[in-house]
Amino acid sequence: MGHFKHHRGLLLAAVFALPALIGTAQAADTVKLGMVGELSGAGAPSGTNWRDGAKLAVTEVNAAGGILGKKVEMPEFDTQTDPQVSRALVQKAIDDGVVAIIGTVYSGSTLVNMLVAKQNSIPQFVGSEAPTIVERGNPFVYRTSSGAQKGVPALTPYFKDTLKAKKVGVAWVNNEFGRGGRNVFIAEMKKAGIDVVIDVASEQAQTDYAADVAKLKSANPDAVFVYMNQEESARFLIEAKKQTLPMPLVGEVTLTEAKVIELAGPAAEGAIAHVGVTATATEVPGIAAFARSFEETFKRKPTHDAIKGYVGVWSTKYVMDMVGKTDGEAFSKKMKGLCLKVADHPKILLDTCWDDRGEMSRPSFMVQVKGGSPVVIGSVPAN
Amino acid sequence: MSQFLQVLLSGLATGAVYALVAIGFTLVWQAAQTVNFAQGEFVMLPAFFVLIGMNWLGLSFWISLLFGLVVSVVLLGLVFKKLIVEPILPHGGITLIIATMALGILLKESAKEFYGAEAQPFPALFPGDPINLFGAAVSLRDLLNLAISLGVVVLLTLFLNRTRTGRCMQATAQNPAVAEILGVDVKRMVLYTFLINAALATLASFLITPVYLAKFSNGETLGLIAFIAAIVGGFNQIRGALVGGLLIGVLDNLTATYVTAQYRAALPLVLLIAIILVRPQGLVGTSEGRAV
Repeated sequence: MGHFKHHRGLLLAAVFALPALIGTAQAADTVKLGMVGELSGAGAPSGTNWRDGAKLAVTEVNAAGGILGKKVEMPEFDTQTDPQVSRALVQKAIDDGVVAIIGTVYSGSTLVNMLVAKQNSIPQFVGSEAPTIVERGNPFVYRTSSGAQKGVPALTPYFKDTLKAKKVGVAWVNNEFGRGGRNVFIAEMKKAGIDVVIDVASEQAQTDYAADVAKLKSANPDAVFVYMNQEESARFLIEAKKQTLPMPLVGEVTLTEAKVIELAGPAAEGAIAHVGVTATATEVPGIAAFARSFEETFKRKPTHDAIKGYVGVWSTKYVMDMVGKTDGEAFSKKMKGLCLKVADHPKILLDTCWDDRGEMSRPSFMVQVKGGSPVVIGSVPAN
Repeated sequence: MSQFLQVLLSGLATGAVYALVAIGFTLVWQAAQTVNFAQGEFVMLPAFFVLIGMNWLGLSFWISLLFGLVVSVVLLGLVFKKLIVEPILPHGGITLIIATMALGILLKESAKEFYGAEAQPFPALFPGDPINLFGAAVSLRDLLNLAISLGVVVLLTLFLNRTRTGRCMQATAQNPAVAEILGVDVKRMVLYTFLINAALATLASFLITPVYLAKFSNGETLGLIAFIAAIVGGFNQIRGALVGGLLIGVLDNLTATYVTAQYRAALPLVLLIAIILVRPQGLVGTSEGRAV
């Protein structure tokens, strides 16, 4: 009995130490990526697609041998579409030992949480498109689609040459994302000599667009640039149809999203958008394969946010494998001016380059909703 | 002119739906001398019952509407009264108000948990085709929403004023003790009030969700605006709730169109403060004495 007492302390220590030892052993065999996204709240349509695209990529990366030969794990963190929560969760993910952050999508959140990743030298792939994100000198933040300052100018030839618009209207959501796109669009129209005759701001989560649409209708522009998040875009399109807004409605990315079409129904018919990537660009083999896999796995069509999440995880894998370690500083150095070609890195889907600020360039598409689906009506070269 | 007419009509159509919800506040106040802060969620939830009918039970849209109406009236009328109001009311109105706040959170989070955080499409009751009215293209859906809401309010007023049951309900609201002495089945009348409130909330849900989309958080703003509408119009009068709802709907749209869109959300609150300062009983409400 006395002998047992003597060893009881050692036994207890061993019992408590064992899980930690096992944990360390597991940690050494895995690479953790922190998926921080808008899984609930106003951003849930974007965030859940982003998450699912990333999950699909993690499955494929593991099947292809993981990152640096190690299995990839991706814990999920729900920001509830709250910037302050997202900041705390990025910190929590880093404390949990992630080597890269995948997210967030909403620009308002990214602007707040990317400072935490930067302070910890952790690479961060984001789905956000506000211009300010890459203008803050953060060497650890990288886009998975072009920012509004690149995407919106791609629309200028469409307004000027295809629609031959002389006067246009802008309807935008008054948040970081909307304001960024609206400012770039107005500057672009000024450069192109097109008058912006009406500028209508709406609030995030706004439900009643009767006044907004009535004002646009009254101003009678040749076309309207619509720059809102998904649910707001759907409500706007429903009201636009109700009031028979006659001019073309042209957006950047979200206006022709699958979720917007589902919510707006027939009201989405005819809407036009420039999209960085779209699952309907099935003439691109990588995108067609991705769309098939996603639909088989999640029983629904992927959105561009799903493609962005997918590209974020695969980019992390490609770059870490190139660097040969998970070190954030080395990763950041490698990302400056990096170009990944589909020929060598097929899961990047389209030839993609990042500049020294983390901004992305790649070919993009013009799509229009026809028969309830977005259809590619043209391609735009990388700018 | 065309723009003004469109905005005015949209405001009236939205305001009429606010009025339906606001009348619910008035009815519950008269029946139980309390405020149901879950009223917004009572409007959010019936749309999800319809979606369950369509997507889970495979019912047609119109049968699902009926299913949604029955489930809502039972759960938000009968069960709400039996499980929440009756046990808690004897402990005081404030306790019940807090309980309805908790209920609102429970309903909202349950809808989110059960049906997800994403908005869901909801079929429109009427075609959205435009019609020409005095030279302006206005929405047929707006016109029908307005006509149905106003029609229901008129019918409800006639029911309360012209039928025996309606007058018994009014007697119960004014003085339950005296009504009981006079042979009115007070408990039954109170139950009718809660069932009517649930039916009004359901109708509001069916009319507004095709535009607002079915989302767990829909009740937040709607409940607040309807509450303000009830106060602005007069909390103790059905016609007050109607006036308040229409006024806020129209002013909101006119302000957003002709003054500022940025501060439109503040308008109902500004109106509320002004009414409380100038005419605390509301625009068409009557003063109520309180014994201390």
